[in-house]
Amino acid sequence: MDIKLLLLITTGAFVGAASGYLGSFMVLKRMSLVGDALSHVALPGIAIALALGIDPLLGALVALTLAVIGIWYLGEHSEIYPEALVGVFFTASLAIGILVTPEPELLEALFGDLERIGYWDGLLTIVLAMLIFVVTRRISRRLLLGVVSEDLASSTGVNTSHVNFIYLLLVGVVVALGVKFVGTLLTGALVIVPAVAAKNLAKSINHFYVLASLIGVVSVAVGIVIAKFVSVPSGPAVVLVSIAIFILSYVLKNRN
Amino acid sequence: MTEGNILSVSNLKVTFNTHVILDGIRFDVRRDGTLAVIGPNGAGKTVLFRAILGLIPYEGTVEWAPDVRVGYVPQKLYVGKDIPLTVSEFFQFKENDSRKIAAVLTSVGLGEGESKDFHRGQRLLRTRLGVLSGGELQRVLIAFALLGKPNVLLFDEPTSGVDISGEETVYALIDKLKKEKDLTIIFISHELEVVYNYADTVLCLNKEQVCFGPPKQVVDKESLEALYGENVQVYRHQNQGGHHHGH
Repeated sequence: MDIKLLLLITTGAFVGAASGYLGSFMVLKRMSLVGDALSHVALPGIAIALALGIDPLLGALVALTLAVIGIWYLGEHSEIYPEALVGVFFTASLAIGILVTPEPELLEALFGDLERIGYWDGLLTIVLAMLIFVVTRRISRRLLLGVVSEDLASSTGVNTSHVNFIYLLLVGVVVALGVKFVGTLLTGALVIVPAVAAKNLAKSINHFYVLASLIGVVSVAVGIVIAKFVSVPSGPAVVLVSIAIFILSYVLKNRN
Repeated sequence: MTEGNILSVSNLKVTFNTHVILDGIRFDVRRDGTLAVIGPNGAGKTVLFRAILGLIPYEGTVEWAPDVRVGYVPQKLYVGKDIPLTVSEFFQFKENDSRKIAAVLTSVGLGEGESKDFHRGQRLLRTRLGVLSGGELQRVLIAFALLGKPNVLLFDEPTSGVDISGEETVYALIDKLKKEKDLTIIFISHELEVVYNYADTVLCLNKEQVCFGPPKQVVDKESLEALYGENVQVYRHQNQGGHHHGH
């Protein structure tokens, strides 16, 4: 098999696993759409990075970090979660991003382009994805207890604000990694869809995490192979594979 | 803090934005005592708990004894039926040792061998948190609070969400735990009967402190009017069990 394709699939599988794992918390926290909106912020970051001649991944990371700080701040400092505000702000950033991204790179930034992923990118992506796994594993209990009850978590000494911030930063990083494969319009789906599908089938929380990660891996790997051989953009291919798995999980759930 | 007290609260004031929720709260809790906090809906009872637990900002002083270990039993959890979190995984937030988990389950009456169904405890551990009955969830929450070997337990309205036949047993359970384990209990309630039966001290709240002391001495016509008087319907509803005490 083509070594380049193998590298792509391996890298993609790591991103899929990390997205699925992080996404399971996003679904539990009932903030799936925040994940989606967040992914749109990557676009202006990429555009600015292209204009400055630096690595688009870096631009996406910076833009996402700023957005994460914004989301976290709003979540901590308002009585009601300002979801509408998040929707307005992030669609605005998508619109601006589309205007400022140079035309040749626009399609790639929106839907992902496998041809642009080099060896260095691949290696960096694998390292970051592994880091995401390790950190998420470490905070997972505290994070989940905060989802169950913020008061209960705080009363057992968990700094929920701190844990939430780390979590959102990890989501920002995973979205930045996903952008290369599926583009800014669809990376949100990479975080959400595998986790939602896994929730249909999971018997326990640990089962849920494992399933979400596995479905993430399968979606990206199969999506990449399809994109390569049918010559379609990787973003839609990956997302549609995950959607197909979701439909399958839904059918299986209702049969039981 | 005076010796023999486990908690001392003075001049406590809580405001949300510019809204004063609690003001001028001052009380002590004796070690091994049972304090009931009563008041109508919106009186700030849960807010008082959250303030003394340090979960929200407040003015004034909240002083716990240095050796205090607080277990908190919240009123309810919003865990959807669709969330695949099992009871066992919930306990693992705090404790990995399955023997310790089995021990607290036994102390709340959910352990092995307490009924004819020998595997009840094991089965419960595999059950999702979101599908437990009100009574089971409450016991699981109490067991969770007991895992840290607390010497103070805070209960936010122990009976809410539990069917009538179950109500008696939750208070009986609290009473039993107290006798077994050297516990100080602070609970929120709106049922006067329970307060008379289980508490040695009562704190009446209605944004301000209306009364504090032994229930039979401080809960009188005047304090009840200050608590519930403005809304007779609420008063009747909330004191269903208390009428035959002759106030």
